[in-house]
Amino acid sequence: MTGSADFFEDLFRGLLQGTPPGAVYALIALGFVLTYKTSGVFNLAFGAQAYISAAMYFKAHTLWGWPKWAALVVSAFVLAPLIGLVLERLIFRHLRTASAVSKLVVAIGLSVALPELFNQAARFTAVAGRQITGIMPDGSSVFYDPFGVYRFNRDELAMMAVALVATLLLAALFRFTMIGLAMRAVVESPRMTEMSGINADRVSAFAWALSSTFAGLAGVLIAPRFNSLVSTDFFTLVVIAVAAAAVGKLVSLPRALLGGLGLGWFIAVFNTFLPRWSGDHTWLRPFQENLTPSLPFVVLFAILVLWRAIGREREASDPLSGVDPPPPALAALERHPKLTLFTRLFGVGFVAVVGSVVWFRAGVLWMHLVTTAVIMAVIYLSVTVITGMAGQISLCQGTFAAIGGFTIFQMADRFNMSVLAAALLGAGVAAAVGAVLSLPVLRLGGVWLAIATLAFAFFFDAVMVKFSWVGGGTTALLTGTRVPRPLIGPIDFASDRAFLVLAVVVLVIVSIIVIQLREGTVGRTLTALRGSEVAAASIGISAARARIIAFAVSAAIAGLGGALLSMHQQNVNYSTNFGPVNALFWLVIVVALGARTVEGAIQAGAAFALFEPLILKGDLLVWILRGEDHLPGLFPLSGSWRLVLFGMMAIQFARHPEGLVEHGKRRSAARINRWLEAREGAAS
Amino acid sequence: MIAPILELRDVEAGYGPFRALFGVSLAVEAAEAVALVGANGAGKTTLARVASGLIAPSAGTVLVDGEEVGSGRPSAWRFVRAGVAHAPEGRSVFASLTVEENLALSFQRAFGRAGLAGALDRAYELFPRLGERRTQVAGTLSGGEQRMLSLARVLVESPRLLIADELSLGLAPMIVDQVFETLSRIRAAGTALLIVEQQVGHALELCDRAAVLEHGSITWQGPSDEAGAVLESRLFETGTAP
Repeated sequence: MTGSADFFEDLFRGLLQGTPPGAVYALIALGFVLTYKTSGVFNLAFGAQAYISAAMYFKAHTLWGWPKWAALVVSAFVLAPLIGLVLERLIFRHLRTASAVSKLVVAIGLSVALPELFNQAARFTAVAGRQITGIMPDGSSVFYDPFGVYRFNRDELAMMAVALVATLLLAALFRFTMIGLAMRAVVESPRMTEMSGINADRVSAFAWALSSTFAGLAGVLIAPRFNSLVSTDFFTLVVIAVAAAAVGKLVSLPRALLGGLGLGWFIAVFNTFLPRWSGDHTWLRPFQENLTPSLPFVVLFAILVLWRAIGREREASDPLSGVDPPPPALAALERHPKLTLFTRLFGVGFVAVVGSVVWFRAGVLWMHLVTTAVIMAVIYLSVTVITGMAGQISLCQGTFAAIGGFTIFQMADRFNMSVLAAALLGAGVAAAVGAVLSLPVLRLGGVWLAIATLAFAFFFDAVMVKFSWVGGGTTALLTGTRVPRPLIGPIDFASDRAFLVLAVVVLVIVSIIVIQLREGTVGRTLTALRGSEVAAASIGISAARARIIAFAVSAAIAGLGGALLSMHQQNVNYSTNFGPVNALFWLVIVVALGARTVEGAIQAGAAFALFEPLILKGDLLVWILRGEDHLPGLFPLSGSWRLVLFGMMAIQFARHPEGLVEHGKRRSAARINRWLEAREGAAS
Repeated sequence: MIAPILELRDVEAGYGPFRALFGVSLAVEAAEAVALVGANGAGKTTLARVASGLIAPSAGTVLVDGEEVGSGRPSAWRFVRAGVAHAPEGRSVFASLTVEENLALSFQRAFGRAGLAGALDRAYELFPRLGERRTQVAGTLSGGEQRMLSLARVLVESPRLLIADELSLGLAPMIVDQVFETLSRIRAAGTALLIVEQQVGHALELCDRAAVLEHGSITWQGPSDEAGAVLESRLFETGTAP
């Protein structure tokens, strides 16, 4: 019977071991639920807020030598609520009536911009190897072993206690106090709350201060689990914690606590027993090696896809939303023929001038950058299709692009296949994956679809890339994922100029496909669905079919672009190019510069590759001033300012879903239109 | 001289670039009942929203007891606290809160924690149907029940001025009669009324004065017993024959 006794002891140890990470997930899930409940924002920037407080705590305590309590107070109870108040006042107060998806995009923009803004403002850089200390004295070195099977340290105990007490306090706040009720009311309709005589602005400011304090506290408490402070680690944790929050359908605090703990227990028990079973059954071994790191994402994906209740919840709409209507779109703009002629001539002229300068004058570096810009424009057209046309937020475009890159790598490496054929095959594989993925996630819709795609991206990152038939496995670690340039008859695209031409040709072809799609039945269908799904269904439009097509086409374009990028760099470079967090920035930059149009994608591609060297490093200024060298002193600015800038621009998504630059262009076009018409009116 | 409870002076208002009201002036004295009538799209709802602080006028002023409230920003809560309540048109309830939470949100502020239970009882007395469904989430109520809920909120509070926008819409005729009965009761108790109504007959019966709104401007004001003739001469769709 010792076997069974061992089993139970191991199970018990596994549960205890899973409790501290479970408490981490629970803390974040609680904060996430709190933000959602009190502000209606699916706050993916929660990780960014947690990061800022953790970094502030680290700076104050470890670098400046402040006592722990002072560092904790400043980082979690002063800085964090302050950030919450600023976000509420400047951004979210004006977005109360925006859709959940728009608010999600705003939060994604913030999650890109905020950590960099803090790093730049506080001159903070991640210090690897410096031990991050928790809030308890000797927190990581004094252990308690209540059951004789697993030892908890003080920091872990503090964290678990905070999670439990916070759940109780917050639940009491919502159940027994007026402010709790008022916060829920404001989320649903700020105007109606005001008609009950309650100052909605003050309530939502309180809600943001409260949930941001919680984010800061969670950040400081969980920071000791990391080796160094990197904002993306916090982001990843938030994605995992969404699984726990989803267990409570984003509104129940006790269930979020249980969900977090359950997730921690499940993972720990799984990790305890899987190695043992795979010792007996060898066929389990590859699963054990690959599944363990991605377990949280698998659980998240499984909860989202398998749990039917999720996604069926409809947003409770504000009965008084008509009081603050969104600004009218300038979409149906009648263009003056002269203006159209002028813009076309300008476009052709601009491309001709820039093209010839690049062709005749550019050195290796600039040729490389311009090619990158063109290829990124191709990839960004995939965002145009899925976000601009279908109105869905996909956060796994990087994965589709990576599939394109890896397909070329595998085909060329193993079968010596023609590179261009492999690129098309890669697009096909990506399309197939996109279509298959869209089947379970499309039912979700809106915010949940975005999270499911994000879970898929993290899963691909943690598991699939490690397989030898995808990312090359151990061979890739030794020799890299090398990709050759194509060779068509006498033209060898190893030459950078020839390759640039190829990239431009692909961009033109993909642009034409996207325009055709937009003007065709699928495009019109998607526009109708974006307007109102119910109205579209009532005139016989099938949402599923159109969206599967959009997903597949978008994935194919991303795959083709990823293949091109791999050829260009002659290497897939998965983690620098296509990691899950990169795709967030892709979404942000496209949304900032124009998600509805082909020009928007091209502008975004140019901004991605050229903004940093041209503007931030000051080369444009140097050219204009005909200077000899870089300007010292004034420039260069750090490259991370582009994250801040485009993140801030994406925040405008809720007000101008067509993109800020696009909005500006349309407004000036309308003005020129009026001027031209007035002049003609005067002449006749 | 006592200032009127509510006074609109040369108010212009609208949504974004769209203007809905052009230079509207209207006053409601204490304990007076005013009916606001007009065709669809004349600007009645916008006027009601401006009068209760839901939207700020782009020009002109809105005075409560002779004083400007909210300094040009929409701030309905200040109006409510000054005694001007608004029952907006349509199903204006918090769909995710229960019936009781919907009511408690207003009542606890108005009557305090101690007065809450009594206020709830009065609401359930007024509409027994709500009492049966007090723990139900408001979003699952029928259309008529949702109207009852949003009415119960303002009727029980008996504000100094009640702005009622399309009260009868979506209610059974019997309930409509009951609602107007309640209105005349709180009127007798001293609440002033500004009633926006397509069912002109009921409204004119209740009110002393009427104002006719056409294309965003008030084109006629006078005693409500003369309003019927005026409306007929202007060929309005009056809903019920005057």
